[in-house]
Amino acid sequence: MELVCPAGSLPALKAAVDNGANAVYLGFRDATNARNFAGLNFGMDEIRAGIRHARAAGAKVFIALNTYPREAHWSQWTEAADRAADLGVDAVIVADMGLLRYCARHHPHLRRHLSVQASATSHEAIGFYARQFGVQRVVLPRVLSLQQVRQVIAHSPVEVEVFGFGSLCIMVEGRCFLSSYVTGESPNTCGVCSPAKAVRWEEAGGTRRSRLNGVLIDVYAPGEPAGYPTLCKGRFDVAGEIGYALEEPTSLNVLAILPELLRAGVAAIKVEGRQRSPAYVAQVTRVLRAALDACAHDPEQYAPRAEWLAALDRLAEGRQHTLGALDRAWQ
Amino acid sequence: MSMKLSLGPILYYWERERVLDFYAEVAGWPVDIVYLGEVVCSKRRALRPDDWLEIAGSLALAGKEVVLSTLALIEAESELGALRRAVGNGRFTVEANDAAALNMLSAAAGARFVAGPYLNVYNGETLTLLRELGACRWVLPVEQSRDMLAALQACRPRGMETEVQVFGRLPLALSARCFTARAHHLPKDDCEIRCRDYPDGLALTTREGNRFLTLNGIQTQSGSSCNLAGVLPELQRLGVEVVRLSPQSQHMDKIVQLFHAALVGELGEIETERAIGAYLPEGVCNGYWHGEPGMTWQPLASAD
Repeated sequence: MELVCPAGSLPALKAAVDNGANAVYLGFRDATNARNFAGLNFGMDEIRAGIRHARAAGAKVFIALNTYPREAHWSQWTEAADRAADLGVDAVIVADMGLLRYCARHHPHLRRHLSVQASATSHEAIGFYARQFGVQRVVLPRVLSLQQVRQVIAHSPVEVEVFGFGSLCIMVEGRCFLSSYVTGESPNTCGVCSPAKAVRWEEAGGTRRSRLNGVLIDVYAPGEPAGYPTLCKGRFDVAGEIGYALEEPTSLNVLAILPELLRAGVAAIKVEGRQRSPAYVAQVTRVLRAALDACAHDPEQYAPRAEWLAALDRLAEGRQHTLGALDRAWQ
Repeated sequence: MSMKLSLGPILYYWERERVLDFYAEVAGWPVDIVYLGEVVCSKRRALRPDDWLEIAGSLALAGKEVVLSTLALIEAESELGALRRAVGNGRFTVEANDAAALNMLSAAAGARFVAGPYLNVYNGETLTLLRELGACRWVLPVEQSRDMLAALQACRPRGMETEVQVFGRLPLALSARCFTARAHHLPKDDCEIRCRDYPDGLALTTREGNRFLTLNGIQTQSGSSCNLAGVLPELQRLGVEVVRLSPQSQHMDKIVQLFHAALVGELGEIETERAIGAYLPEGVCNGYWHGEPGMTWQPLASAD
């Protein structure tokens, strides 16, 4: 299984490659990708340097063009696709049907991966994207159980990539408008979720409150660790009970089921986190590299080592991990 | 106004009798198009596929255009089977809410379908593609504004009607997890079909008592309801052919009557907007239309 790691910057790209990533994915410095955050992403010279660094180590470079181009800004996305083709990257990661068709027509030799943001959750959906646009790999949304992942791969006409570690979207990627409902900006259109500019922190009497465009997302007791107010991970009131009504802050971690994913025929394991630091990317890549190598060497005897899990939990959101939807009980 | 009025699928889990009674009434309401079927959760089986086809037949006899809506999130092989049967029903148009439905529909020669609100349509290239695959109508995705609609209308292909939701809670997100079951501390596989107890979904409020979201099984909806009655003339000017009302459990007859009255010119848009608002005690929103956060509300009188 290929290890695909996030690169939000050139130092992060080098950290991923130097620690054993088989491929890195990155974005241009604009709304054409789903991590459109201040201070992140790549200019053309940085991408060229990144490609040189990756190629020297035998690693591939993918460019994420995984937001949905609005009609008024269509050419910004097609120009980004043209630039990706000119750069000679190994693949583009695309979600929008219109942009996929543009890429298939104008850059037929540029490999196309279907972004998780396209929400292809069945082999019929994958079949649609393969048939219409010739996508060669699909990134599965984090909504399927392990059994369903097996089923999809058994019938998929193309390679399947699954998320292995990182922040967990609780909603189906590409089909969540919670962020724009509250802030006006969404992953689909702006490449952001719960954007930092809409966040306000209030402190009073020892308690901290986090707000997103005025909406109270969470209240923290004195001494309680506070997390970023991603709106689906706040504490709310449902029928008089206050708690994490949607999901608690936690990270996805599939180390426990790597052999099952290997046997299911997963082509690549993806690490989330282009917004993370180079140090984070280095540590996560190193652990996943070791785990994947151990799994490939002897899947029957493989078991995740305690120090791997401890290292990843230290980096995880809420310092805890889950298999997410892969484990049916979580659903 | 020449726009047609449509009734979207019931997004909640209503008891069988309630559904049958509802559509018996709908047959007599001034709606032109009725979307039928379970869109949210395949475990809701109060009505079997044949029941839906029977309702569809009755509504067609009453002069309604009937469209069968399909599941928005498809995870299991059994759900693909149900989708295949809906697509192959041989009589009624289908609303595609997922790429799996597009794959099945576009495989058939001479396909004709509605591209539903759960498909991501943001540009003319996508609209053109859907038209070529056989779409005869598309529904504006939830988060789009007047300006985005106008840009799409300017480049929309011939033969493609446009539909916009103008009333009801907004379908904001889908998940593998069932939030209604979670609220009851039940696993999804043993959920006891608790959404049966919430004919308008389960309220989620902030810790300040702000009615924020609505939990509807695996779907998360807006807490307040969208009310675009005030911009009906603008929708007409933008060339929109169909306006959709998303059902709620109470007062739907009166809400349909009000929108109908506005469309035939018996009621002005300000009056309609206000009258509709009176049936929405939990709040109204129209922010998306104005290019603002979706949860916000600008009454017509002060709109830009």
